[in-house]
Amino acid sequence: MTPPSIAVEMRGITKRFGSLVANDQVDFTLGRGQIHALLGENGAGKTTLMRILYGLYSADEGDIAVDGQPASIRAPRDAIALGIGMVTQHFALVPPLSVTENVVLGHNLGVRLKLEDAHRRVAEAAARYGVEVEPRALVRDLSVGERQRVEILKALYRDARVLILDEPTAVLAPQEVDQLFEGLRRLRADGLSVVFISHKLREVMNITDHVTVLRGGQVAGVVQTSATTPAEMARMMVGRTTFGMPSLDEASAARSAAQPVLRLESVGALDNKGLAALKGVTFDVYEGEIMGLAGVSGNGQSELAQVLQGTRACTAGRIIVVDQDVSGADPERIMKAGVGRIPEDRHASVVPEMTVAQNMALEHLGEFTSNGSLDRHKIRQHAEKLIAEYQIKAKPDDRIRTLSGGNMQKVILARVMERNPRVIIVSQPTRGLDIGATEYVRSRLLEQRRRGAAILLISEDLDEILELSDRVAVIYEGQIQGILPRTEADPERLGLLMAGAETSQETPHGPQDRA
Amino acid sequence: MGLKIERNPAPVWFRPLIPLLAIALTFAITSTLVLLVKANPLQAYYYFLAEPLSSRVSIIEVLVKSTPLLLTGAAVTFAFVGGFWNIGAEGQLLAGATAATAIGLQMDGVSPLIALPLMIAGGFAAGMAWVLIPALMRVKLAIDEVVTTLLLNSVALLGVSALLNGPWRDPISQWPQSPEIAASAMFPKLIPRSRLHLGFVLAIVIIVVMWFVLSRTAFGLRMRAVGMSPDAARFAGIKVERTLLISALASGGIAGLAGVSEVAGIHFHLIDAISGGNGYTGIIVATLGGLNPWGAGLAALFIGVIDTGSQSVSRALGVPVYLGDVILATLLLVTLAMLLLQRYRVSWSRE
Repeated sequence: MTPPSIAVEMRGITKRFGSLVANDQVDFTLGRGQIHALLGENGAGKTTLMRILYGLYSADEGDIAVDGQPASIRAPRDAIALGIGMVTQHFALVPPLSVTENVVLGHNLGVRLKLEDAHRRVAEAAARYGVEVEPRALVRDLSVGERQRVEILKALYRDARVLILDEPTAVLAPQEVDQLFEGLRRLRADGLSVVFISHKLREVMNITDHVTVLRGGQVAGVVQTSATTPAEMARMMVGRTTFGMPSLDEASAARSAAQPVLRLESVGALDNKGLAALKGVTFDVYEGEIMGLAGVSGNGQSELAQVLQGTRACTAGRIIVVDQDVSGADPERIMKAGVGRIPEDRHASVVPEMTVAQNMALEHLGEFTSNGSLDRHKIRQHAEKLIAEYQIKAKPDDRIRTLSGGNMQKVILARVMERNPRVIIVSQPTRGLDIGATEYVRSRLLEQRRRGAAILLISEDLDEILELSDRVAVIYEGQIQGILPRTEADPERLGLLMAGAETSQETPHGPQDRA
Repeated sequence: MGLKIERNPAPVWFRPLIPLLAIALTFAITSTLVLLVKANPLQAYYYFLAEPLSSRVSIIEVLVKSTPLLLTGAAVTFAFVGGFWNIGAEGQLLAGATAATAIGLQMDGVSPLIALPLMIAGGFAAGMAWVLIPALMRVKLAIDEVVTTLLLNSVALLGVSALLNGPWRDPISQWPQSPEIAASAMFPKLIPRSRLHLGFVLAIVIIVVMWFVLSRTAFGLRMRAVGMSPDAARFAGIKVERTLLISALASGGIAGLAGVSEVAGIHFHLIDAISGGNGYTGIIVATLGGLNPWGAGLAALFIGVIDTGSQSVSRALGVPVYLGDVILATLLLVTLAMLLLQRYRVSWSRE
C-alpha cells in the first residue's frame, strides 16, 4: 500500500512524439500538502508530463496512481473527477463571458442556470480560497494576472486537490507573484498539493518544498528545496555549472555626450475598449542606452509598444525619432525612420504559413524586386546569410510555424538587427524561451546597445529589466510613475512604483542626471 | 479499445493522391443514385469521364463549358487568396454580361479591334463596380463580405431581369432577351464551325497572369500575407486595407470577364440564364483547385468534362442530367473533408 501522504505517483512514464522522446521513464511523486516544482528548460518535458497527468496526452508507457489507487486518465474529465486541476499558460477562458460563467462552465449545473446563485457561490469560493476576483466582471476586461486567478478558481471550484500550474509567474508582476505565492501557501496549509512548473530558480527556491528536475525528457534529479542551492539546480537543469548572464559594460553606460534618439512627449492612446490606456507618457531614450519599462501587466505597456510600432493610433502628444515626428505614423514610415520592432506577440509579427525566407524579406520587398518580379534567388541568399549569422535552426524554405519559439524569435531579431536601427522597441523578448535562447536574445540586445542603438525594453520579467537596463521607467495605469537609474532600481523600490504606491521625484530626463 | 484521433499531418507523398481519392470516393457515393435509376454505375461513369474526351467535337465542347468556369474560378481564387471571401462572382458575372451587351449593341460598323477591347474593359469595370460596395463596406466598416456579396447576386439577377422585361426586351420576338449585339463585338472563333471562342484564350491568359502576380511579384506576396494573417501583414508595413480592396476589385473584374465571354462568345445577346450558376461553381473550382491558379485551371477543365458528360449519360442511359450537379456537390464536400482529415490520423488504440 502506498502511504496516504502521497497524492500522485507517476512511474516509468514514457511519451514519444514520432521519433522524439518527450518523456523517458520519468518517475514523479507528489506529496499531499506539498508544493512540488517541476524544473527544466523549455523542451525538457515538464509540460508533457503534466499533460499526461491531466489527460491531455496519453502515455505510451508507465502507470499513474492517485491517492494510492491506480488511475486510468484518458481525458481531462477523468483527471477532474480524480480532483486534479490544471492551469496552462494559455488560459482556457471564454472572454465575452463573466467570471462566474467561466467558472461554472462545464460544471454540472442542471438544466437551468441560476446565475444569481452561481455569482454568490463563486464569490464565496473566491473568498474561501483567498482568490480576489469580481464574479460579475467579464473575462475580456481582466488583466492577465486576474485571468490566472479565474483559472485557479475554476479548478478549485471543481474540488481540485491537486493543482498543476504551468509557468504561472511568466505573466505576472512581482506583487502579483507575491499574491499568488501567498495564495498557494494558504492552499497548501489546507492540504492542497501543487505542481509548480517553472524555469525560474528564485521562485522555485521561494515557494516549493520539493524539486524534480527534468532534462531532455529524463529526471535529472529530485531534491528537497531546503537542501539545495540555485547553483545545484541550475547544474541539473542545463548540465553545466555556470550560465552567467552577460553583464552590462559600465564604461559605455557612463557616456555623457549621448543624444536622445527616441523622445516621447505626453503620448496618449486608447485601449481596445476605447478607454485611455496611455496618459501623457513622457520620456527620452538615448543612443547606446537600454531603457527598461517595468510595470504590472495591463498598465499600458502593450498599448505603448503598439503605438511605437505603428499598429495603434496615438491620440495625443508627439513621438520623435532622431528629428522626425512619427506620431500616428504607420509601420512603414516608422521603419523608414529607423525603428526596429520586436513585438510581444511573435505570432502576429510573422506570417506562420509563409517560409522563413519570405518572412525575412516581407518588410522590404521593394529591395527584392527587379523588373517587376521578385528576385527569389536574392530572397533565398538573404535568408541563408541571416540564418548563418543568427544561428537559426531552420532552412530558408521552412514554414515559420514549424519553428520553435526561440528560432522564431531569432528570425524576428535577425530581420530587425540586420538593418542597424537607431531605435529598437522590444517587448517581452524572452517570454517562453529557454535559458539558451534567452541568453542569446539578451546578448544580441546588449550588442545593439554597444553599437549605439537606443533600446526601449518592455518586459514583465523584472530580473530581465534589472539585468539589461541602464535606466528603468515604471508605468502604472498608463502613466510613467518614475524613472530610476539602474543603481537605484532595486526590486523593492520598483515594486512600490509598480504598485502605484510611490511617485519618483525624478524628472524623466537623460543619463546626465544619473549619479 | 477505442478510436483515437491524433493531429498528425499526412506524409508528403500522400498529398497529390488526395484529389484522386476524392474523385474515387465521390463516385462510390454517387453510384448508389445511379443504381436507383437501374443503370450500371461503371457505364455511367464511362459516359461521365471518358465519353467527353473520346471525340474532337466533345473535347471542344468541354473547353467551351470550361471557359466561364476558368474565369469565375480564377476570380474566386484570387479573392480567397487575398482573404476576401467573395461569394458574389455570380452577380459580378451578370454585371459584366450586362455591360458587354450595352457596349455590344452600340458597336455597329466599329472595327473589332476597337469593339473587342472595349467589351473586355467594360465588362471588367462592371464586375469591379459590382464588388466595390461590399469591398468598401468590408474595408471601412468591417462588414462581412460573405453576406453582402451573396445578397448582391440576387440584386444583379433581378436587375438583368428588369432590363430584359423592360428597355431591352427583344422588339421582334418579344422574348425577355436583348437584341443581338453587333457582329464586330462578337468574339472570333478559335476553330471554325465550333463554339470555341476567344474567351478561352482570355481565360488562359488570366490564369497565367494571376499565377505570375501571386507567386512572382511583391504585390502577390503581400496579398498572400494579408490573406493568411492580416495582423502580421499590417505589422510588416503592408497596407492591408488597400491590398484587400485591390484583390476584391480584381476578383470582381475577372468574374465580369466571364459575363463578357458568355455574351460575346456564345449567346450574342443577354438572357437571364446567361450565367447558369457559373459564378457559384467558381467557388467549387477555386476550392477543388486548392486556391492555386493551375489547380483552378485543372478543376475548371474537370468540371467541364463532368458537365459535358452529364448530357451524354442522360442521353445514353436515361440518368437525369442533374446527376452531374449532384456529383459536383458531393465532390466538393468530399474534397473539403479530405483536406481537413489529412491533418489528422485515426488509429485504434488498445489499452
